[in-house]
Amino acid sequence: MDTLFGIPLPLFYGQLLLGLINGAFYAMLSLGLSVIFGLLGIVNLVHGALFMTGAFTAWILLDTFGLGFWWSLALAPLIVGAFGILIERLLLRHLYGLDHMYGLVLTLGLALVIEGAFRNKYGSGGLAYQIPDALRGATNLGFIVLPYYRGAVVGISLVVCLLTWALIEKTRLGARLRAATENAPMVQAFGINVPVLVTLTYGAGVALAACAGVLAAPIYSVNPQMGANLIIVVFAIVVIGGMGSIMGSVLSGFGFGVIEALTKVFYPQASSTVIFLCMVAVLLFRPSGLFGRRS
Amino acid sequence: MLEVRDLQAWYGDSHILHGVTFDIQEGEVVSLLGRNGAGKTTTMKSIMGLTPRRTGSVKFRGKELIDARTDQVARAGIAFCPEERAIFASLTVIENLLLPPRIGDGGLSLEAIYELFPNLRERAGGQGSKLSGGEQQMLAIARILRTGARLLLLDEPTEGLAPVIVHQIGRMIQSIRQRGFTIVLVEQNVRFAAAVADRHFIVEQGKVTDMIASGTGTLERLQASLRI
Ligand SMILES: Nc1ncnc2c1ncn2[C@@H]1O[C@H](COP(=O)(O)OP(=O)(O)OP(=O)(O)O)[C@@H](O)[C@H]1O
Ligand SMILES: [Mg+2]
Repeated sequence: MDTLFGIPLPLFYGQLLLGLINGAFYAMLSLGLSVIFGLLGIVNLVHGALFMTGAFTAWILLDTFGLGFWWSLALAPLIVGAFGILIERLLLRHLYGLDHMYGLVLTLGLALVIEGAFRNKYGSGGLAYQIPDALRGATNLGFIVLPYYRGAVVGISLVVCLLTWALIEKTRLGARLRAATENAPMVQAFGINVPVLVTLTYGAGVALAACAGVLAAPIYSVNPQMGANLIIVVFAIVVIGGMGSIMGSVLSGFGFGVIEALTKVFYPQASSTVIFLCMVAVLLFRPSGLFGRRS
Repeated sequence: MLEVRDLQAWYGDSHILHGVTFDIQEGEVVSLLGRNGAGKTTTMKSIMGLTPRRTGSVKFRGKELIDARTDQVARAGIAFCPEERAIFASLTVIENLLLPPRIGDGGLSLEAIYELFPNLRERAGGQGSKLSGGEQQMLAIARILRTGARLLLLDEPTEGLAPVIVHQIGRMIQSIRQRGFTIVLVEQNVRFAAAVADRHFIVEQGKVTDMIASGTGTLERLQASLRI
């Protein structure tokens, strides 16, 4: 059997695939976090809980309304995004201009409340969600057996990330968003209703998290903790990529997924700390992150 | 066109404007002159609703704007070009130029803007932050000419610029006034203000204390009024 530094190649490729899949979730989550922090100045600690809410929404849509995976992929981001808009209108908007600590504490509290509510109703055991029929099975690529669904997750995530990037970097609306991130009062003085832009941006960031949650439902068990476990890592990724940088978040998301997986192969003991080592190293040499703009 | 009455403004606890009052007719170019810290910038910002708190009356074309949000003031037809120019570094030159939405008819076409500012055409694809100081000022003004706003508030458009560029901006102001724009200008450069504006308001400690119309010996009268 072929080996790489004494590691069997199939194991190596298997981990690499796992890394890309985790990276897909990291990328979609860090993208939303990064855009939200850039425009609102809010460290959105409720992001993980909203990702989890997306997964539960898919489960509930199926269980209660008989709506399958594809319906959920379209509806859950809308439903959870609308919930996000409510959070922004009712709670977050009172915190703009205050110290970041207020937003951090509020969103952490919200995350605990939401997770508690789901635990209360569904327990913490975890619920199973089936892979959609169209994506059952796997294909043998020669060097690795690729389950269709996992390939689709990476593909969908890439498409979603690229569309988001294009929306922000290449459209009039995106230019307004970037401008408001730099200097909101001036954008408002041009006649643009910045508060509406802020609300929609938060809703869209939350919808991205929910979309990731739906994609995650068939892979991980749907449980109230699934977001909390992810969010700390995703934060480190946003810091590494550079707060407010879109491409930075996506690249560091996928990149870190792969680094984490390779660490699992070569030095498993470090696989859960490697992200924080990366973060410290990046902050030492590039305090604004790998892709961050120096302010 | 614009009637400002007893305009007062605060930054937190500091009371900055103590009742600014002045009028501008359609098609006029007027200047606000005064020492550093007199409240000229604050006057412009509070017309736009950019100060945390303001009272009094700001009427534009008969419409009261004192309770309007900043974007509503802009939509009523007033555009503001700030002292620091506020070119967005993460936007290209053309994105900066197209950022302000059209709020009415009568704005300049992109072609007309490029005729006034040929440099911007060459720089269109570049990053806004890479422009020289003069080019940034031109972009900052060009940006608000497209929108259809008919009253322009320009805060120190010549600040820190080389004499040739100052001259170019003077010509540009003449050219846009011929197109019917109304302009309020804040200036440290009294000579420049005397040359381009029809009337001058002297701002002192958060109030308008004097009005001087251009005529013979304007510069001397302005200098006397400003005690410089
Ligand atoms: N953001 C702010 N917070 C608190 N005080 C401010 C703020 N901006 C201006 N001030 C104060 O308000 C007063 C008027 O400032 P303003 O900028 O309007 O003056 P100005 O006439 O434009 O002066 P300059 O010629 O220096 O531009 C000054 O005393 C200034 O210190
Ligand atoms: Mg000033």
